[in-house]
Parts: sequence; C-alpha cells; structure tokens
Amino acid sequence: MELIYGLVTGIIFGFLTQKARVLRYDKQLGALRLKDLTIVKFMLSHIIVAMVGIYLLHDLGLVKLSVKSAVLGPNIVGGLLFGLGWGLLGYCPGTSLGAVGEGRMDALWGIAGMLVGAAIFAHTYDALQATVYTWGDLGKLTLPGLFGINHWIVIVALGAAYVLILRAIERKGL
Amino acid sequence: MISQTDRGAWSPYVAGALSGLLAVASVLVAGKYLGASTTFVRGAGMLEQFVSPEAVATLSYYVKEQPIFDWQYLFVLGIFAGAYLAAKLGKDFKVQAVPDMWQERFGKAQAPRAVVAFLGGIVAMYGARLAGGCPSGHGLSGLTQMALSGFISAAFFFIGGIIMARIVYRGR
Repeated sequence: MELIYGLVTGIIFGFLTQKARVLRYDKQLGALRLKDLTIVKFMLSHIIVAMVGIYLLHDLGLVKLSVKSAVLGPNIVGGLLFGLGWGLLGYCPGTSLGAVGEGRMDALWGIAGMLVGAAIFAHTYDALQATVYTWGDLGKLTLPGLFGINHWIVIVALGAAYVLILRAIERKGL
Repeated sequence: MISQTDRGAWSPYVAGALSGLLAVASVLVAGKYLGASTTFVRGAGMLEQFVSPEAVATLSYYVKEQPIFDWQYLFVLGIFAGAYLAAKLGKDFKVQAVPDMWQERFGKAQAPRAVVAFLGGIVAMYGARLAGGCPSGHGLSGLTQMALSGFISAAFFFIGGIIMARIVYRGR
C-alpha cells in the first residue's frame, strides 16, 4: 500500500511540476541566474500551504513531524556542493526524472551521474562520520524551538515574509 | 519571459499551492514527507549489487539505506510518469538533448552538455547526501516544518547554484 501511495503522490507531483514548467533546465538556471524565478514562486507557494496545513494537523494530533537534525558541517558543505553541482546539471534529484518524462534527454546523463555520486558517497560515508558530521551538531531544531516561542507566531511571520518576497519578485517582473 | 513553450503553463502559484496540499495529504494518509535523493542511494545499491554484492551488503550506508523499493522510490518513479502524462496531454512533450539556454551559450553539440550534466550530477548527489536531503527533502519538506536544517541547506543550495551559474554563464 505504501508503494501505491508513493506512486500516486509522485504522479500528481510530476504532473503539477510539469504544468508549472519548473522541471526544465532553462527554468532552474533561470532561477540561479536570477532572471526567471518561476521555481521560487512554485516552492514558496508550496511551503506556505504545506506549513499551515501540516502544523494545523499536527496541533490536532493527526500527523507527526519529521525534522532532520541541523548539523552545520554537513548542511553547509553538502548544501554548497549540491548547489555547485546543481548549477552544472540544471536539474534536481526528484525533478530530473520528470525532466526525462517531458523529453529532456540530457537529464539522463544527470541521473547517471547522480547514481555514481550516491555510490561514491556510500563508499566514503564512514570516513565522513568522524569529521564533517561532528561539526556543529545542533539537533532536530525548528525555528519555533530555537526561539522558544509558539509555532503560530513563526508561521505567520514566515508566511508574511514569503508573501513579501513573492510580491517583490512580481514587481521586478521576475 | 513568455516563450512559446510557456503556452499552456499553469501559474506556479496555483501549481505550487496544489503541490503543497498534496504534501499535506501525503503526510496525513501515508505519513510520508516528500523527498527524492535517498532513492538514488537505493538505486546505486541495486546497480552495484551486480558488480560487488559484498560491498552493498556490508557498507554501512547501504545497510542504512537498503537497495529496496520503498515509498520514496515509487514517488520518484511516479514523477517521471506524471510529467510524461502532463507533457503528452498538454502537447508539450519535446525530445531535446541540449536545453535552449545551454545552446545559446555553448551551441548544439551534445557531448559537452552530456559530460557537464554527468559531472554535475555526481557533485550534486554527493552534496545532497552529505547535506541529508535535496530541494525536496530539505527545501520543501524542511521549510514546511520550519526545520533549521532546511533553512541552512536550502540557503547553501542556492548560494552554490548561483555561484556556479555565474561561472557557467559568465559575462552574460
């Protein structure tokens, strides 16, 4: 059943991302070159809706959060590495499959590269454990937890900030 | 920037909001947050099993992320199917080996694009696994939950990406 849920969720997500045109290289590089922020509009809209929805259901006791630990070393070094590779590839891991789905064959080379990258990571993981992973482990922190305030205050503040960012993007015609 | 290929496109606000609802439904029904990059570890393990099964059976990371089909694996495969469906129904499907923007900068040759995409893929996935997620896991799911790890990682995804985009398209 879990597999069917995954497949159905993926099909709908693939459909929506294709319709929004966020799968393609030109849109991803358009964002990284700060010329066309369609993917930022898509991501922030997603986040605003999901943030309110998830925390509402969480308050009702219907869902669990799944927060990843904040560890400065891997988050920063890994994040930067991902970004550098992303700027070359022009697809992200999930959407690369969608890009192939709409006919972008260069994404296949990216998928091959990502499989190789994952294998290299698996072979170097133990060595990283003793180094990068020990740098700045802050635990499973959320912003409300960090500030020690009610999550709805942060949700409203972040939601407002995201809306202001989106308005600024629209004003600049990006 | 309205090009011909943008015909029939949905507003990114509408599609993004709908995908946000989808993410909420997924957590409610299946207890699963969106993510993609772990699947590449499982996929790599499946392939590496043909070459060196003992490495896949013993390496701690492959033991942690077993080479099996799980929710996320099917989610990622589903993205392919959903995008194919949308592109075909919307008459937006187009086989293309070199993206338009790349062609304007580097020309139509397929080999340079293939090499850069392949190398970029290696670096991107190594970084995503080190960071513990990609723009779906850290970006969408992390920021949705207001996770500190999500904000840090997503910020550095964009910092790294903007730096590389400037290098690749320098002077333009």
